[in-house]
Amino acid sequence: MVAALVGTLGDLDLAEEAAQEAFALAAERWPRLGPPANERAWLITTGRNRAIDRIRRSQNLAAKTRLLAAERPADAGPPGMSPDGSPFRDERLELIFTCCHPALALEAQVALTLRTLGGLTTDEIAAAFLVPPATMAQRLVRAKRKIAAAGIPFRVPLPEVWPERLAAVLAVVYLVFNQGWTLPPGDRPRGECPDLVAEALWLGRALAELLPDEAEVHGLLALMLLHDSRRDARFVLVAGGGEGQVEQVLLADQDRSRWDRAQIDEGLAVFRRVLGLDGRGPYGLQAAIAVAHTRPGPDWAHIAVLYAELGRLTGSPVVALNRAVAVAEVEGPEAGLRLVDRLPLDAYRYFHTTRGELLHRLGRIPEAIAAYDRAVALTPDGPERRQFLRRRAELESAGQG
Amino acid sequence: MKYMLLIHQGTTPTPLDPDAWAALPAEEQQAIYAAYSEINATPGVTPGLGLQPPETATTVRVDGGRTITTDGPFVDTKESINGYLIFEADDLDAAIALAARIPAARLGGAIEVRPIMEW
Repeated sequence: MVAALVGTLGDLDLAEEAAQEAFALAAERWPRLGPPANERAWLITTGRNRAIDRIRRSQNLAAKTRLLAAERPADAGPPGMSPDGSPFRDERLELIFTCCHPALALEAQVALTLRTLGGLTTDEIAAAFLVPPATMAQRLVRAKRKIAAAGIPFRVPLPEVWPERLAAVLAVVYLVFNQGWTLPPGDRPRGECPDLVAEALWLGRALAELLPDEAEVHGLLALMLLHDSRRDARFVLVAGGGEGQVEQVLLADQDRSRWDRAQIDEGLAVFRRVLGLDGRGPYGLQAAIAVAHTRPGPDWAHIAVLYAELGRLTGSPVVALNRAVAVAEVEGPEAGLRLVDRLPLDAYRYFHTTRGELLHRLGRIPEAIAAYDRAVALTPDGPERRQFLRRRAELESAGQG
Repeated sequence: MKYMLLIHQGTTPTPLDPDAWAALPAEEQQAIYAAYSEINATPGVTPGLGLQPPETATTVRVDGGRTITTDGPFVDTKESINGYLIFEADDLDAAIALAARIPAARLGGAIEVRPIMEW
């Protein structure tokens, strides 16, 4: 809705206000008069007319010029309706690329995307990213000001820059997903905190629909669907401190009957699309790894190959760490540890938990405990730290036994 | 939209530093000259005037009515502006695409794209 209006009006603030007014008018009229035949088109037209009124009232020359420039010829059909009948495709796509334009700071890209495409309120976005509402409001105002002042276009990027601009969009969606995914149920910030995982899935599905031939788009969607299918198995309630506490459960220890089977099937179907498009990009590879983990007794040799390929694409030491874990499953803990010890990841908590587990399997218990101490020191209080501490205690009693 | 593209030379070799310039292969020198003349010939571009190197700059401040001059540019020599051009374009994407063609952008410098205020 906002997307369609921005397409016609060329101004984000104006489009948002116009959309709000149109919805308010609909809420007042539809219950009395019944909804119109094409609700969406009605909202767009009403919003657009309201915006024109607003501009006339305000006599805002700049906005007027923009609106006039955006005026379509009379025979172009209703605004925002594409020739194949699927409404608003182009406008939504243009808006996504505008919100995720690399000339905006990443945090502003995320906030704008959630505000204009997700329709979240400023307060909700602030709560989700743990910043004061005033800070988030300021961030949005600045970003919109920059779009107007710097001339960030409302259009789909040119082919020369398409790969990097698409990557920017996917990075924003994945960041939204991870922000929601990292927060366990008990640790959600108070107040109106939206479900960012659901938002990211919604954005991912919209992108998959808008860009059906982009393998990485399907790769990201498959990845998010498969990860999120395990949401109910990721945490358990454990006794402690008088009240029950939430503790993280590792993938291998999860109760698979609590995985969301329907969502796994959806993820697998989306992943088949990645394969059909011959996708070997970073998201496609991560999705392939997630697919491998849906099977009991995963094929670790295959997973190691996928991580090696992902490592070549990204050059990331974290990917190399994951590959080492897979190698340890195939060739044994000694081979895995040799790879792990080469990595420059001393400040990364999972580097130390991985070392701890491999050292434990090699019977080097005191070193394993020391590794867990380091991981605990690097982790803020929460379900994850509780799991590390419990594991450390197990190692200690194993060492004594 | 009108943009000013500010060229920060950074560590980019230029003919103003003959030793660094001579270290570039001849075809690279040719390519740099060719790129600048192509950019200056691009529709919408108003080429900027050439600037002497930042070492020749004098920075002026006024404190309590007294004029204070110091040797050198306001920012570090490495960060100072060595050139500029004006570009009239449809939008920022077009300005970014032009900036990416300026040789300094790939040779150790950077281009700052600033929209020009319009009244």
